[in-house]
Amino acid sequence: MNLTRRDFMAMMGIAGATGFLSPSAIASSWGSGKDPYEIDDYGNVTLLHLTDSHAQLLPVWWREPGTNIGTRKQKEWGVTPHLVGDHKLEYYGIKAGTPEGYALSCMDFDTLAHKYGKIGGYAHIATLVKRYREQVGKKAILLDGGDAWQGSATSLWTKAEDMVGAQNLLKEDYFVGHWEFTYGADRVEYLLKHKLKAKFLSQNVFTIPWDELVFDPYDIREINGRKVAIIGQSFPFTPIANPAYFVPKWAFGIHPGHMQKMVDECREKHHADIVVVLSHNGADVDKKMASQVKGIDIILGGHTHEIMGPRPVKINNTLVINTSTNGKFLARFDLDVGKGKLKGWRFHYLPIISNMIPEDKEMVDYITKVRAPYAKKLAEPLAVTESLLYRRDNFNGTFDQILCDALREEMDCEAAFSPGFRWGYCKLPGETITMEDVMGQTAITYPQVTVTEYTGAELKNVMEQVADNLFNPNPYYIQGGDMIRVGNIQYTMDPGETIDKRITDLRIGGKMVQANKRYKVAGWGAMQRVEGTPVWDIFAKWLRSKKTVSAKTRDLPVLTKNMAGNPGIAYPKDYDL
Amino acid sequence: MEQMKRRKFLGISAAGMAAVAGSSVLMPAIANAANVAGWPAAAFDAKALDAAMKDSIDTTSVKVSTKVHLTAPTIAENGAAVPVTVDVDHPMTADDYIETVYLYVDHNPTPLASAFHFTANSGQAYFQERIKMAKTDMVRAVAKTNKGVLMASKPQEVKVTIGGCGG
Repeated sequence: MNLTRRDFMAMMGIAGATGFLSPSAIASSWGSGKDPYEIDDYGNVTLLHLTDSHAQLLPVWWREPGTNIGTRKQKEWGVTPHLVGDHKLEYYGIKAGTPEGYALSCMDFDTLAHKYGKIGGYAHIATLVKRYREQVGKKAILLDGGDAWQGSATSLWTKAEDMVGAQNLLKEDYFVGHWEFTYGADRVEYLLKHKLKAKFLSQNVFTIPWDELVFDPYDIREINGRKVAIIGQSFPFTPIANPAYFVPKWAFGIHPGHMQKMVDECREKHHADIVVVLSHNGADVDKKMASQVKGIDIILGGHTHEIMGPRPVKINNTLVINTSTNGKFLARFDLDVGKGKLKGWRFHYLPIISNMIPEDKEMVDYITKVRAPYAKKLAEPLAVTESLLYRRDNFNGTFDQILCDALREEMDCEAAFSPGFRWGYCKLPGETITMEDVMGQTAITYPQVTVTEYTGAELKNVMEQVADNLFNPNPYYIQGGDMIRVGNIQYTMDPGETIDKRITDLRIGGKMVQANKRYKVAGWGAMQRVEGTPVWDIFAKWLRSKKTVSAKTRDLPVLTKNMAGNPGIAYPKDYDL
Repeated sequence: MEQMKRRKFLGISAAGMAAVAGSSVLMPAIANAANVAGWPAAAFDAKALDAAMKDSIDTTSVKVSTKVHLTAPTIAENGAAVPVTVDVDHPMTADDYIETVYLYVDHNPTPLASAFHFTANSGQAYFQERIKMAKTDMVRAVAKTNKGVLMASKPQEVKVTIGGCGG
């Protein structure tokens, strides 16, 4: 905790006593009856950042994870963003039960959800963005950190055109990508060239094999006589985490060396006064990149859907944030940019609590229009849920649990796998699950359900490989997903171990898995081209047949005792800790 | 399309099998040319790292130098073609230059992946190539000067994984 405190004090130093909203100041503005979105103007440049909306045009329920572990080996034990529940509230000095507390923590989610309502929604975001643009005028830049084109039925069915329309109405300035690429290179190029008005930037996407940049790496914008450099960083692991066949001629990667070159070019050749990176690296990768690359003032991060807000993390001279997902937060940096350096800044991490922000008429009309052709299909009721359904967590979320149940039963398999995606919104107890909600958990361009006969050894290898994407001590191996979801598979997990040693006591249906025995496992989201029924059809069919569903228990691993007391675990009893 | 083809062609001629900057005399070691005079067959046939190093540079331990820069992805996008770049920060004068740069993959069936030869006229000991890797492994480069001085890059792990499940 010492480091955290020092970190905080250092920040106070850089921002200056007046330049930093202390946690108590934040809390009081939210409770005082004053308009919590009212911000005093400051500086000569304003950055507005949103990221990872996952194509949710309408407000949704979004619960923060109950488990988001950082290990000691990773040096992330108790370090932001690997804090959950009360640990997160304590770190940022925010009271439970307040609107901000609701936005930041998983605790008492159902109760607070009823009290404060849904989060996000482009009509609400638009109101806030327009308000700030009116306030600060032309010094505002709106940056979208990617994953805006995927996650909903309408984005899938319009091949992302519904989202491009919304982005244009918001008048976004810059954009980077990840799931965007799963529409295929041709579609991406078409939308970027002919439809999207924002400029797409990436310093880390190259042609194969000649290593030429596919997109402009950066842009320089002059505001109030100062030059602001924006460098784009798309998701470095796109062809590994998602099927490579969508972008067969493009190579990705982190490329810190090339990033350094771009920063130097911006500063030396273009005389940029500040350098901002719009990143889809994920929080852990951003933190390491900030420690390696010199000369970046601010990293506006996304991908891992972290609450790394109320105050930024400072690494060397770089401020790093991560702006959540599903439209839950809008981040605002007000900057005092001097000649060649950042003189001061104020930061505001604004939860989009939809009941507290009126809808923007123009955006409502657009959303209604774009959804109209699909309205009937989206509204089809499938089943009622008796329990809270959510996905986001290091291990099985309840929504994944029933999805795995559905896959096992419908495909007649003894076990099931489901990808550890971090998108997919919540349903509250008593709500009806519609076709739209099913798509909200499954809308991808490679949705085929497969049945695979894995040997016990292969099955363990799959799980070990995925676990290493979460808990590898080198942040450059953290791909940003959660642990693979399992149906009827039991195991013990030691996140602090190394690959091939994290998983022990692996069982299916309570029986020890044999290395050479074959097991029939249902799954979806294959990396190779496969034939199969789309997962949403199978999930919907199962839900219709059940009429009411509930996920009272989850197939969670037992965590080893060295994880006891980890501030990334809100409910240790779930893991026998 | 015409343009694409042309660019591709130019790319090939400029880069050879491994994009090599400014090298007038270059002999990429091609793994199946076992009968070429002077071909270091033993080094390329060695099945274990120690043997491959012994056969190629006559030692199994080389001091790491910050002058040998090895760039490889932390995670391979395609294990069949992992892009690797080596750049040696060393003079290239007639009496002091990098003569050979060896690249090893510790547990590949034949760990010596390539040996590139340079002369002072090469201007720079730099190359980029794509190598095949069967599994997660360490990649390392060793540069040898014309005087026989050896220096190694920091070894770098390249992970070859099944993929999937990204946020």
